[in-house]
Amino acid sequence: MDIFQYHFMQNAILAGLLGGITCSVVGVFVVTMHLSFIGVCIAHAAFAGALLGLWLGFNPLIGALLFSLAAAAVVGPVADRGELNPDTSIGIIFSLMLGLAFLFMGLMQGARTEALNLFWGSILTVGRQDIIFLAATTGVIVGLVAVFYKEIQAVICHREIALAVGIPATVIFYGLLFSTGVTITASLQTIGGLLIYCLILNPAAAAYQLTYSLKKMLLIAAAFGVISCWAGLVASYLFDIPSGASIVITSSIIFGLATAFSPKRKVKRWQQAPLTG
Amino acid sequence: MDKTVISIQDAVVSYREDVALQGVSLEVKKGEFIGIIGPNGAGKTTLLTVINGLGKLIHGQARVLGSRLNGRNGNDLRKRIGYVAQVERIDPRLPISVRETVTVGCYGRLGLFRRPTRAQQKTVDEVLEMVGIAHLSQRPIGHLSGGEYQRAAIARALVQQPDIFLLDEPTASIDQKAQHEILNLMKLVHRQYHTTTLFVTHDLSTLPSICQRLILMKDGRIWQQGSPQSMLQEEVLTELYGAPISVPSNIASLQM
Repeated sequence: MDIFQYHFMQNAILAGLLGGITCSVVGVFVVTMHLSFIGVCIAHAAFAGALLGLWLGFNPLIGALLFSLAAAAVVGPVADRGELNPDTSIGIIFSLMLGLAFLFMGLMQGARTEALNLFWGSILTVGRQDIIFLAATTGVIVGLVAVFYKEIQAVICHREIALAVGIPATVIFYGLLFSTGVTITASLQTIGGLLIYCLILNPAAAAYQLTYSLKKMLLIAAAFGVISCWAGLVASYLFDIPSGASIVITSSIIFGLATAFSPKRKVKRWQQAPLTG
Repeated sequence: MDKTVISIQDAVVSYREDVALQGVSLEVKKGEFIGIIGPNGAGKTTLLTVINGLGKLIHGQARVLGSRLNGRNGNDLRKRIGYVAQVERIDPRLPISVRETVTVGCYGRLGLFRRPTRAQQKTVDEVLEMVGIAHLSQRPIGHLSGGEYQRAAIARALVQQPDIFLLDEPTASIDQKAQHEILNLMKLVHRQYHTTTLFVTHDLSTLPSICQRLILMKDGRIWQQGSPQSMLQEEVLTELYGAPISVPSNIASLQM
């Protein structure tokens, strides 16, 4: 296809590959540890931070990074301590972030094209700097997962037990939350603040339906993430629709298919034959 | 045999406005098997968390395996303490197998950046065989019954090669047959390894017959302690639980 000859399309394909892998790998932790709402909260914090950057005239990615890390640092203890129902307190932080995002948006002068791009994402206009940031994030996240795989697996399995056997479970848990923040920041420009979370959640949730092996789940989720980005990209080009939306819709369709054909829906098949993954 | 491995002096633990432990002192010797009983909210679980360094003392001190717990060395000590909690509901779709769950037991001692060695993998196989779930090793952890899950939890703690075993109501929420099997397994484990063991339960009928000492807790304090013979008396238990209690027939052997 001739669309791959265009430089912007090559950048978009690269961004889809890197963003698809990173978001999905982080998504596996979000899904298996049931942190979906915390993840949504961090995503909106990143969005609010980026808008603050645009409003005050500094790099929006720095604003997104600071806000998402701050949100991770606040929602983690809130969920842990249980002083309030975690859903209630995280919901309050989530709504605050959304409120701040709209406030910064409202305070901006003139045209808000760049701000709107952060809403919906613009994978077709991704620049070299964005690709480098995304590649570095992918390298760091995948590298950390490989190095700390056994500790991460233990924390996913049971955080309190991981702590009880002498694993630094709290550090690993907050590391995963901060990784979510960094991933969202790196992919903000590509996918958009309102849609990024779907790319984190959908491929991982689809992979969750298909395997009982964490390693396979990571690989399947990454493949689904990349397929979502590339298929969404092609659909965006062919039908002239917003790229972020088409990527998210593609990932949702993959989730729907994975759920429909999930072997986990077959009732207690493992009772007849033990599963191996 | 008379070496003290746990020494707690005047421990006070509080969760916000609730005082969970009020001036508890306890000495445990190496190889002892201790049963801890008492009504709900007596502070039994909190006592175990003081021993593994997860409970924060607001007064008093605790010395475990020769080290005084100071809030910084808890992680190192926990590598030497096996902990089994009561059965919890695990997501049946969780992509982690029984074998992987049991292998987690050696991760603490192994440390960061290192993978389990072949010898450790062999230990995992042996322990799975010993607790009777080797045939379930590839099954997802969320697919086990309560009794099988507790066997996996005990296997994980054994893989840790602990110096102290803490069992927090390991027989709660499982059926009587599984309770019986877990108690027999604990007996077997103690006979084989002579590990110092603290076994918490609020259900007298699940008290292991190998208990050498019974600690009776009430309102965050050690209310009484002594030999099973002296503690398992109807009048003592009735006063402990605040309701008429008769000694279950299946633990009559502890009185002998």
